[in-house]
Amino acid sequence: MPEPLTERTPALQRLRRVAATLTTPLAPDDYLKLINPLWSQRELRGRVEKVIPETERAATLVIKPGWGWSWDHHPGQYIGIGVELDGRFHWRSYSLSSVPLKENGTVSITVKAMPEGFLSEHLVNGLAPGTIVRLAAPQGDFVLPDPPPEKALFLVGGSGITPVMSIIRTLDRRGSMPDVVLAYSAVHPEDMMFRDELRQLAETHESFALYERFTDTDGILTPEQLDDVCHDWMDRETWACGPGPMLDAFTDHYKRLGRDEHIHVERFTLNTAGGEASGGTVTFGVGGPSIEVDGATTLLEAGEQAGVNMLFGCRMGICHTCDVPLASGRIRDLRSGEEHDNPNEYIQTCISVAAGDCTLTL
Amino acid sequence: MAFADVREYTHLTDEEIEAIGRELDEIRAEVEADRGQADRDYVTRIITLQRRLAAAGRITLFASFFPPAWLLGTAMLGSAKILENMEIGHNTMHGQWDWMNDPEIHSSNWEWDTTQPAEQWKHSHNYIHHQFTNVLGHDNDIGYGILRMSRDQKWTPYNLGQPVYNFLLAAFFEWGVALHDLDIEAIRKGKKDPKLLKKQLKQIGEKVGKQGFKDYLMYPLLTGPSFFSTLSANFTANLMRNFWSYMIIFCGHFPDGAVHFTEEELEDETRAEWYLRQMLGSANFEGGKLLHVMSGQLGYQIEHHLFPDLPSNRYAHIAVKVRDICKRYDIPYTTGPLHKQYGQTLRTIMKLSLPNRRTSDNPAPLSPRKRRRLDDAERPVRRTELGKWSGAASA
Repeated sequence: MPEPLTERTPALQRLRRVAATLTTPLAPDDYLKLINPLWSQRELRGRVEKVIPETERAATLVIKPGWGWSWDHHPGQYIGIGVELDGRFHWRSYSLSSVPLKENGTVSITVKAMPEGFLSEHLVNGLAPGTIVRLAAPQGDFVLPDPPPEKALFLVGGSGITPVMSIIRTLDRRGSMPDVVLAYSAVHPEDMMFRDELRQLAETHESFALYERFTDTDGILTPEQLDDVCHDWMDRETWACGPGPMLDAFTDHYKRLGRDEHIHVERFTLNTAGGEASGGTVTFGVGGPSIEVDGATTLLEAGEQAGVNMLFGCRMGICHTCDVPLASGRIRDLRSGEEHDNPNEYIQTCISVAAGDCTLTL
Repeated sequence: MAFADVREYTHLTDEEIEAIGRELDEIRAEVEADRGQADRDYVTRIITLQRRLAAAGRITLFASFFPPAWLLGTAMLGSAKILENMEIGHNTMHGQWDWMNDPEIHSSNWEWDTTQPAEQWKHSHNYIHHQFTNVLGHDNDIGYGILRMSRDQKWTPYNLGQPVYNFLLAAFFEWGVALHDLDIEAIRKGKKDPKLLKKQLKQIGEKVGKQGFKDYLMYPLLTGPSFFSTLSANFTANLMRNFWSYMIIFCGHFPDGAVHFTEEELEDETRAEWYLRQMLGSANFEGGKLLHVMSGQLGYQIEHHLFPDLPSNRYAHIAVKVRDICKRYDIPYTTGPLHKQYGQTLRTIMKLSLPNRRTSDNPAPLSPRKRRRLDDAERPVRRTELGKWSGAASA
């Protein structure tokens, strides 16, 4: 984590330490945020400044981050965004589509409303400017090396354009556009995000070639057609982002030709468990011990069986001593049958079971 | 006297107890499904109010040399501390707001404005006290290891000093609470793990240091010439909070009617029986909305003990349903005005400073209780021998 604004100079650091002795057990930020909601680094947060419609079902959210935000993210990385909906915080990850630049004072993500995706729908249509959201620091390794390769190919499907957009905008801004081919598929022209901007860029830069494909009329792009789209693709470093089946097809193809080191992919993983799974492999801490359990073994029991030193109290769901955050996967509350799959959400391990594979943060 | 079996004590059948358990489970499920924006708005409003009140109090005390400012600043700071400890801290640490998935209002990392470290409170209170409520030898809240609160606890000449200990406990309640999880009883008997004791003492030391530094050095120094008047104001604010929280907490389990249990009750106790023990062992008090907020909704102690992790702003509504269950099953529901509840508690403290033979037992509410015949509408649904369901709710 980079240093927050308030700790940039030794004098400010000292001031903060003194202030904290006055506000203990709270932090100075807990009071300062009453004056300005962005003056807190306890949780990264930001204010929605603008909501720009991109297509009928997609919008770009321009967010002004609060204290503690670092401006050194790499183009192609994603951030977590936590929005409050009916009293609860829900988290999702979206690629940054903006250029990492402090002078802008804002970051942007582009969100496409997914069918039945209640949160993406809310982000596209329900967020008014001025709304305070929580943020999680940029992460991900779908990034360009420095210096960028001389020849690159981007294979993009649908909303997979967002991380690539951040990369291409950065190359454009630096005035160092290498030889780039972007093969971009969308269902139909109205559904193609950033179409005008990309066409503009293709006109400006001779070295940037844009191939548009509309799957409604042309069908999806298959690996076999790659030669037609980009005849020298074998000479290029490839970055691919889009739906799972598309990524699978291309990575298989590259593997067969012994080029699997030259394709980099970003997957927007979706929970396909659908709530039917019962039991699974529970992992305690990322990279920690794991154990396979049935759907009747609580996560607390699972941890104890795996030899993990789990905190516990009443073992009946009242005291919350055993709460830990869920890192990934899906769990079920034995009392209500309700399932939870929000990363970062605290769960009571003594009354929760695995609903598919899951990882807990310890 | 203490009771060994909830079932026998209430004269309820196993089926009735299970039915009560199901009804209470339903209340929990209903509230859980209904939690939302209004609840979040409630708690964030209280937190904002509390922080503004604390800040205003601290600022006012810069003029603490001026008596009216001293009075106003102390009152604001004391009220802020009470709100923080009762409605915000206690309830947040119970996990009442964990469902919001907000790390800034969460039981796992909330630290409160008092000398006891939150981690130790969550063990001694959330676990020990709420799990083993009113079970002699298990629940250290019965007299806090200082007072004799049940006729079943052995009398020693030490208890003659109870009126004095009681006053000191009230005045310095936060210190009693700070040492609570050490389990003085276990230390006395040499059963305490010295390593754990050392760790806990270090934790308490650090917290006490921060709290004391803030209230008794930093703020007085900041106010410069008002050093001593600010010091006395801060001390008084802490005292206010101590007396208040002591009184509210002692009204939760010691008014007449709230009963104690012996260890046998814990054997094979079902969840429904646990519910019943919570209802019988706790006492409410009546009052206006402000009183309930300032006491962290512990005027609904019975409801809090049934559902310690449901949002406190829901207890008033839950209480209507719980009272109805108690009426239908003829279970005592102990409540009364605050002064009456505390008066009874104080009487018990005084009485029990003397040996049992010198005093009479407090009127026991229902031992043994004569059951009134219920009319049909009040009768619970019950399974008949023919395997059919009878009663008001069966169609």
